[in-house]
Amino acid sequence: MALQAKKTEETNKIKTRRKRNKISRRENNWHGWLFIGPYALIFSIFILIPVILAVILSFTNFNAIQFPKFVGFLNYITILTNDAEFMKYVLPNTIIYAVVVGIGGYVLSFLLAWALCNLTKPVRTVFALILYSPSMTTGVAMTVLWKVIFSGDQSGLLNSWLMELGVITEPVIWLTDTRFLLPIVIIIGLWSSMGIGFLSMIAGILNTDASLYEAASIDGVSNRFQEMFYITIPQMKPQMLFAAVMAIVGAFQNGMITSMLVGNPSPGYASQLLVNHIEDYGFLRYEMGYAAAISVVLLLIVQFFSKGANLLLTDKDPYGKKGVEEEDE
Amino acid sequence: MNKGKKINPKKFEIGQLKIILLILPLVIFMGMPIVFIINHAFKPMEELFAFPPTFFVRRATLENFTKLMRFSNSSGIPLSRYLFNSVVVTLITVGMALLLTTMSAFALAKIKFKGRNLLTQINQIAIMFVSTAVLIPRYLVICQLGLIDNLLAHVLPLVAMPVALFLVKQFVEQVPDSLLEAAYMDGATDLDVYLKVIMPMIRPAVATASILVFQQVWTNMETSSYFFSDDSMKTLTFYMNTLVNVNNTVAGQGMSAAASLIMFLPNLILFIILQNKVMNTMASSGIK
Repeated sequence: MALQAKKTEETNKIKTRRKRNKISRRENNWHGWLFIGPYALIFSIFILIPVILAVILSFTNFNAIQFPKFVGFLNYITILTNDAEFMKYVLPNTIIYAVVVGIGGYVLSFLLAWALCNLTKPVRTVFALILYSPSMTTGVAMTVLWKVIFSGDQSGLLNSWLMELGVITEPVIWLTDTRFLLPIVIIIGLWSSMGIGFLSMIAGILNTDASLYEAASIDGVSNRFQEMFYITIPQMKPQMLFAAVMAIVGAFQNGMITSMLVGNPSPGYASQLLVNHIEDYGFLRYEMGYAAAISVVLLLIVQFFSKGANLLLTDKDPYGKKGVEEEDE
Repeated sequence: MNKGKKINPKKFEIGQLKIILLILPLVIFMGMPIVFIINHAFKPMEELFAFPPTFFVRRATLENFTKLMRFSNSSGIPLSRYLFNSVVVTLITVGMALLLTTMSAFALAKIKFKGRNLLTQINQIAIMFVSTAVLIPRYLVICQLGLIDNLLAHVLPLVAMPVALFLVKQFVEQVPDSLLEAAYMDGATDLDVYLKVIMPMIRPAVATASILVFQQVWTNMETSSYFFSDDSMKTLTFYMNTLVNVNNTVAGQGMSAAASLIMFLPNLILFIILQNKVMNTMASSGIK
């Protein structure tokens, strides 16, 4: 009896505490600003303000020396009507690159992540390390590596191999041949597309609730692909979304491969992507206003696709959570 | 019928062999260049220019590395100085970034306050703005703050990384609310919850984010080339890059091969250390 009384007393205590806490939960909790304050401050100074300045610059004519001159929408009009390179090379290249590397890379990294999660830990670890390693090969390492492989004379690895196999009889000058430039950049893009999104997908798949798979197999989910679509993906939507955003951003904002490999502008604009176009105007021609306008256009494109990914991959009633609750009952 | 045991199997089964064979070609394709980088760095001169070119090193030598050392010693600022700069900058930036990112992720995912949605939106949009475009405005900001040639110019622009925040926030959202409520019921403050509930549970996210931040900082050349005029304040990455670009000569080939391995290794080592956490199931930490 005494125990019972003590218990009720305790529950009452907890109840009042819960009430108090619930109130502080529901209301506008200013502690949020304490936690986000430092980040918000640095973010504002080094990201937000520069972005806003860039947007303002996009409405000006700015050569980095004289004070910017306001020109209204002139830069944007020029992009759409008067930039031959943009319409003829840059935009088509970017679209092809984004479709192949963005979508291809995303699907590939999901399938690979899923495949790896079906393997034992040691095997998975080694494979994940190898698949992720291209993402670590940036800058210097990447330049050296691919320049040697695609070297235009007989000492180039690819040339030497192809000649040995009898596919070609004389060396192909890969990095100046306009036919091969874009495919080469795409291959390198795909090669390095198992990035941080891929890692987060592995973590996401490994975190899925194992008991759901058992339940599903009783409910008639029979093969692995059904399992993948009905159990795995709905449970790891946050990671899927993260990886999707990374894939979209990577697909549209990658200019490094071109500029590292063949310089800017690329021969015949054959592998000129949007980012290279921005660099071309901003740092070679010093037309900062125009470069800023292109980057705003790029932002809008990326934003458009990310919104799409958001719509697809955020749900108000996560399947996984619901499933777990049902399981508990 | 152990269909449910397919994810993260403990033992090797024949079914796994099929998967391995299926992805093996891709794994080889992805891994080959890395093997090449490692081999290339140890090739002596005659193998670097051998015809037909070799993939694997035959007579491994440290020639390229000693040449690199000698070259940098003769150029006034020793390599160790650049290395020191890089290490200091990387450590400070990664540490600060992780602290600020996890704190904000907690706030954005689990604390209700005015402006939360707006902040989330702004952060999301910032991911999508290409960094090339903000370079010049950022330079102006850093000039205004008087941070040119200041160590902080290496650190601060990279501390707030919207991608990392987005990543960590995605994980924090998966921490069940019931767990937080239980903690609050026991009288925990927001700080307690952040330190004792959230942090232990999002270790995989923190590990992933640290890889992300580390790579950004370690391979970053922009801060060195735009915000610093004093050569002794620049980073190893910047130096290595000038080396590769300026020295496009015969002797330069060997040095850049060595440089590429030196730049690649820290990324690899960090990943090997953290991979377990990155791919770890959160099951062990309480999330089902």
